Amino acid sequence: MSQTASQSIRPLTLTIQGGVDKDGHPDGVPSMEIARGEIIGIVGPTGSGKSTLIADIEQFAWGDTPSGRRILINGLPPAPELRSDPRKKLVAQLSQNMHFLADMSVGEFLRMHAKSRGKDPALAERVISLANTLTGEPVNPSFQLTILSGGQSRALMAADIAVISDSPIVLIDEIENAGIKKQEALRLLAGEGKIVVVVTHDPMLALMASRRIVMKNGGMVKVISTNEEEQKIFKDIEKVDGWLASLRETIRQGEAVS
Amino acid sequence: MKMVVAAGTPGSGKTSVLMHAVRDLIRAGHHPALVKIDCMWTEDDARFKRLDVPVAVGLSRDMCPDHYAIYNFQEMMDWAAGEEADILLNETAGLCLRCAPYPDKALAICVIDVTTGPNSPLKVGPLLTTADAAVMTKGDLVSQAEREVFRERIIEANPGCRIIEANGLSGKGSAELAELIRTWPDVEGEMVLRHNPPLAICTLCTGELRVSKEHHRGVLRHLDGFMEYVGE
Ligand SMILES: Nc1nc2c(ncn2[C@@H]2O[C@H](COP(=O)(O)OP(=O)(O)OP(=O)(O)O)[C@@H](O)[C@H]2O)c(=O)[nH]1
Ligand SMILES: Nc1ncnc2c1ncn2[C@@H]1O[C@H](COP(=O)(O)OP(=O)(O)OP(=O)(O)O)[C@@H](O)[C@H]1O
Ligand SMILES: [Mg+2]
Ligand SMILES: [Mg+2]
Ligand SMILES: [Zn+2]
Ligand SMILES: [Zn+2]
Repeated sequence: MSQTASQSIRPLTLTIQGGVDKDGHPDGVPSMEIARGEIIGIVGPTGSGKSTLIADIEQFAWGDTPSGRRILINGLPPAPELRSDPRKKLVAQLSQNMHFLADMSVGEFLRMHAKSRGKDPALAERVISLANTLTGEPVNPSFQLTILSGGQSRALMAADIAVISDSPIVLIDEIENAGIKKQEALRLLAGEGKIVVVVTHDPMLALMASRRIVMKNGGMVKVISTNEEEQKIFKDIEKVDGWLASLRETIRQGEAVS
Repeated sequence: MKMVVAAGTPGSGKTSVLMHAVRDLIRAGHHPALVKIDCMWTEDDARFKRLDVPVAVGLSRDMCPDHYAIYNFQEMMDWAAGEEADILLNETAGLCLRCAPYPDKALAICVIDVTTGPNSPLKVGPLLTTADAAVMTKGDLVSQAEREVFRERIIEANPGCRIIEANGLSGKGSAELAELIRTWPDVEGEMVLRHNPPLAICTLCTGELRVSKEHHRGVLRHLDGFMEYVGE
């Protein structure tokens, strides 16, 4: 292990080397390489290990997590500082958490987060205006973080990742249940040329991915590539989803649907 | 013998993190022994015993648990040596934030819970500022942004310390902690504390129960910060 991948290399590929499932049987997918610009889905029943796989990627597992998986960047083991130093971090993560616990104002918190990532604190305002495009109820910089609703918190977390964290690898754990515009949020987080890994139960988001990893009993059992048939179905789902969204909006506005 | 002192407020995750690290140390061929110091009661010994390693408990009762630990370090080391251990891990009670029971040659670890909010690194005082490593726990309950802000606050409080993001439930970070323990130098010769314990002694320390100024003597501080010696 003489060479390690460091920050100076914009990551081009992320490799997941298989480990074991909950019973210690090897992953059905021995190795998987993900390139820049790709959106990868993770699907599977509840408790099947989706969040665990995301966590393996987030911490650049090196055989030191229960799954025994290894993560490589450009085919090399990542340098230790990439694991921890937020200024060098390659990974931004939107976890399953729906609330903030820090007792401070939205503006103060975002400025401090920008500072921890070595960014301009003035970015806080952009985060807030972007968050407000994802949620119905606007967030104000003077609000306390702890009073935000689940949807407002998730919108703020997503916008924070897009603007402040801005890392080349983005991990998303279930964005669909947050009450925010899921498709916009995913497009926003995907940005340009990033690697995006998204855990989802939502057919539309799953089909926005070029490939999806199927989880079962803690293991990666197979990888499905989105085929032409599925892409056609995606167009139909998109229409249905747009229709549902407009109905939802009509009802929210207190009008009768026709 | 290596010595590790793990401090941190009650419930911060000291036992959970140490249990994972001890498993890693055993796997690497080491023989760790554990001592839990608490005030009145603890069940941490029962948890540690599940790992099949030598475990001892010290209850400080009327004494400050940190003072009690400091007073008894040599005895703990002698006990661990008798158990043929090569690493002594000491979990403190973590109540007195004014004391930091870290001998200079031991590996001093401050376990700190991120859900306590970004101001807590500034509150825990010498427990954090004189530690070699800060182990952040419960990161699974907050967003990445909150973890990063918390980390920034730890660096403000103790710029030189190593930060390990751990999870007491999943064991995340324990491999990194175990490696830090394994590579820490053995303790030998005389050890001194990194931080001076609280000043002096007052009548409260010797059992006076009545509240307010007129009943007390000693080196005492007023609400406005003024400190004076009251007495003969
Ligand atoms: N969610 C979450 N819970 C944790 C984590 N680490 C510990 N806990 C929980 O926090 C509680 C307290 O953990 P302990 O390990 O007993 O804490 P401690 O610091 O040893 O507590 P005392 O010895 O009583 O001072 C337990 O219920 C743990 O399961 C973590 O990383 N995430
Ligand atoms: N490869 C593995 N080896 C050992 N344990 C595992 C493995 N994968 C998952 N687990 C354990 O299984 C449990 C459930 O996993 P996880 O939370 O990742 O599921 P999930 O698919 O995200 O579920 P949900 O849909 O409810 O969010 C966790 O306790 C996790 O530690
Ligand atoms: Mg999950
Ligand atoms: Mg404990
Ligand atoms: Zn004390
Ligand atoms: Zn006193």
